[in-house]
Amino acid sequence: MSLALDDTTPTPNQAEAARLFTICNACRYCEGLCAVFPAMERHRVFEPGTVDHLANLCHNCGACYYDCQYAPPHPFQVNVPANLTAVRHESYARHVWPGPVRGLFARNGLWITLLAAFSVAGFIGGFVAWHDPTVLFGVHVGEGAFYRLMPHNGMVALFGGVFLFALLAMGLSVRAFWLATGAQERIGAGAFWQAMQDALRLRYLDGGGAGCMNESDTPDDRRRLYHHLTFYGFLLCFASTSLGTVYHYGFGWQAPYAWSSPVVILGTLGGIGLLTGPVGLAIAKLRRDPALRSDAAADMDMAFLVMLFLTSLTGLLLLVLRATPAMGPLLAIHLGVVFALFVALPYSKFVHGLYRFAALVRHAAENRAAG
Amino acid sequence: MHYDVVIAGGGNAALCAAIEAQQQGARVVVLEAAPPPMRGGNSRHVRNVRIAHDAAMGTLTGPYPAAEFLEDLMRVTDGITDPVLADLTITRSAELWDFFESHGVRFQPSLGGTLSLGRTNAFFLGGGKALVNALYRKAAQLGVDIYTETEVTGLDIDNGFFCGAHVRRNGSSGLVRGRTFIAAAGGFEANLDWLTEAWGDAARNFLIRGTPYNRGAVLWLLLNKGVQTVGDPKQCHAVAIDGRAPKFDGGIVTRLDCVPFGIVVNEAGDRFYDEGEDFWPKRYAIWGRLVAAQPNQIGHVLIDAKSLDLFMPSVFPPECADSIEELAVKIGLPPDKLRATVDAFNAACAPGDFDHTVHDGCRTHGLTPEKTHWARPLDTPPYYGYTLRPGITFTYLGVKVTPEARMVMADGTPAANMFAAGEIMAGNVLGKGYIAGIGMTIGSVFGRQAGEGAAHVART
Ligand SMILES: Cc1cc2nc3c(=O)[nH]c(=O)nc-3n(C[C@H](O)[C@H](O)[C@H](O)COP(=O)(O)OP(=O)(O)OC[C@H]3O[C@@H](n4cnc5c(N)ncnc54)[C@H](O)[C@@H]3O)c2cc1C
Ligand code: SF4
Ligand code: SF4
Repeated sequence: MSLALDDTTPTPNQAEAARLFTICNACRYCEGLCAVFPAMERHRVFEPGTVDHLANLCHNCGACYYDCQYAPPHPFQVNVPANLTAVRHESYARHVWPGPVRGLFARNGLWITLLAAFSVAGFIGGFVAWHDPTVLFGVHVGEGAFYRLMPHNGMVALFGGVFLFALLAMGLSVRAFWLATGAQERIGAGAFWQAMQDALRLRYLDGGGAGCMNESDTPDDRRRLYHHLTFYGFLLCFASTSLGTVYHYGFGWQAPYAWSSPVVILGTLGGIGLLTGPVGLAIAKLRRDPALRSDAAADMDMAFLVMLFLTSLTGLLLLVLRATPAMGPLLAIHLGVVFALFVALPYSKFVHGLYRFAALVRHAAENRAAG
Repeated sequence: MHYDVVIAGGGNAALCAAIEAQQQGARVVVLEAAPPPMRGGNSRHVRNVRIAHDAAMGTLTGPYPAAEFLEDLMRVTDGITDPVLADLTITRSAELWDFFESHGVRFQPSLGGTLSLGRTNAFFLGGGKALVNALYRKAAQLGVDIYTETEVTGLDIDNGFFCGAHVRRNGSSGLVRGRTFIAAAGGFEANLDWLTEAWGDAARNFLIRGTPYNRGAVLWLLLNKGVQTVGDPKQCHAVAIDGRAPKFDGGIVTRLDCVPFGIVVNEAGDRFYDEGEDFWPKRYAIWGRLVAAQPNQIGHVLIDAKSLDLFMPSVFPPECADSIEELAVKIGLPPDKLRATVDAFNAACAPGDFDHTVHDGCRTHGLTPEKTHWARPLDTPPYYGYTLRPGITFTYLGVKVTPEARMVMADGTPAANMFAAGEIMAGNVLGKGYIAGIGMTIGSVFGRQAGEGAAHVART
């Protein structure tokens, strides 16, 4: 992967984006499909920062490829989704904090797999080292059962620490992205609220109304559904964990909680979303028209989907089998997967949501400024 | 396989006909010369369709009554139109929004830079390729047999009665038999030999704005089988486009809207027409012919830094230089001559309040030819130069049809089982000139007429 280390020299993918946008700007037939085209029309020259902004505004619905009269084999060779996917993928590395780790985005699948493996092995090893087998493979029930294997404070320190680091890294990365795209507009609450709505509804993943195009020019709305399942599943799991923390510190109630507890209900619903959503997205990805793919990005997408799926799968298994001897090993595996997920967050597909949101905020602010 | 309806062509007119006929219960086959990614002819390149409507609806910002549509048509054609067919086109245009929408075509508000069309024309979301894709999906879903890369090379017509179409596909030939025939294979604008017959050798330098597949084979076959023609065989719709456009299929992006803001010279460095006569949308068509009449069919527009942002961005970057002489060298014009032309122009520009949104008072005095609006001295570097060449949109020659879209034979009798739709018969309605979006109106209305008519004949 080639990267421009300063903001003025475009990479080959950014240069290609500028070429495509020049064609689109003279054509404009796709204006109603999504936010990218109206945003693009505000420019006559396409600097690298502008290109990164527009690439992250793209939801990759595919419609503008099938709708383009200049798509290959036309000599103009216009394929906006594939190019913007490549630019987007590069942009995560370009703006990442800390800069020296940008190589992580190049072979994302490989190193996330390694990370997850080491992390799981670490937890299993830790449990084995600290406990004798009767504890590890024993049956534990009742309040505080998990903490007989790993003390709660230890869990909080480890996971809280990693999570805070992830937040810091992601915050600094998005800030670098924001500055590089040269946003001028003042960001008011209105723009923020608009972007929030657009993001939560995935407004621009619908190809202008008919749905996104994935395998062929036949539109459908499946990817949006799967993404909603994944995203809201993730949020529900997050809510479950947060509520558990409140229970623990606020009320002194310790996990595991009863099936009827809101913590378990939220977690189970979220877990189901995080099982079905990623599977749907992965299938859609495998079926995607090769013309729309970008290999480097596909590798990263898959790695993240697998991590989400494993997080949910191990969590749900833990829930079902928590009163059996499998609980100990399962807890180690689950914690290992979650730990790897947290460590990987700033260097995984997860960041697409943050960059996308930043781009949506800027777009909403530009719309407001234009009246 | 013996079909009820055999359709030659695979653009908008062909698909409207196919959908209509199949819905009436006919067995339909579509024979399209182009391969799948290039299917859809010039319909792939369109952006809108003009439709009559009595009140604002959907993306259409205000009423466009049939009477006004007719007035517009009469004005651009100077009355060279078949009044019955014109009336039918306009009346049935009112159904097109629903027709398209129900078949999966979507609309969007008029595009940036085309606000003046927002009331009269419905713009296709994603443009013509999206429209074509939707119609192909619909036709396939209804059960129409569709063959791409299948060119109609011959027609078995016995005394004005269609029996079958000879086709070539992957190097082998075959015969497709059917009860009725619909010709919807476009004009002959991509056939340079034919254009050369009408225009002389200058036509070799023309660029073809749309599909390379509209070579007029079906039209030629019909004319040789005694079908009556309409339209001036020597006329085509030619506009001035960027001279660096590809030979075929450059489409909409090769347009250049900067002529009114600068001067246009030929290869000798001389101006040859009033660049500021009227707004560009009203003049781009005559500039095709003007440039075609210049040596080597080339013109050069020169503007300066004042005007660069006044027009729609164009797809090819202009040549750019800090002096007129330097620019002349870059674009291959005689530098001294160009300097003299620019000096004469600058000296003739009377001061005035420049306003590109109205017919302003900025004009030259004492120049041949004068520039009558938007004339400002070229004095602010950098200077920019674009090349112009004639780009052919479509040809006017076609087959004569009845209101049911039936072809009319040379002796004036309607053909028993042969119909025509789209550009191949548009000359019946549009004898001359053009208004934006009417090509799609004619193609869709007569596509549907032909589909209904053919299905009816096939049944009886
Ligand atoms: C750049 C451009 C922009 C335009 N924009 C607009 C617009 O916005 N609105 C508008 O109303 N009009 C527009 N027009 C005009 C419009 O394209 C035509 O009026 C319309 O598409 C005609 O439809 P059709 O189906 O008759 O022909 P086409 O869509 O051209 O279809 C003809 C088909 O016949 C096939 N064919 C040709 N010969 C053979 C053969 N021998 N055997 C089998 N198949 C054959 C071709 O492959 C093609 O698919 C535009 C034209 C161009 C070039
Ligand atoms: S993707 Fe193609 S059809 Fe869409 S705006 Fe760009 S050039 Fe035009
Ligand atoms: S969101 Fe869809 S239509 Fe818009 S640029 Fe991306 S792929 Fe194209």
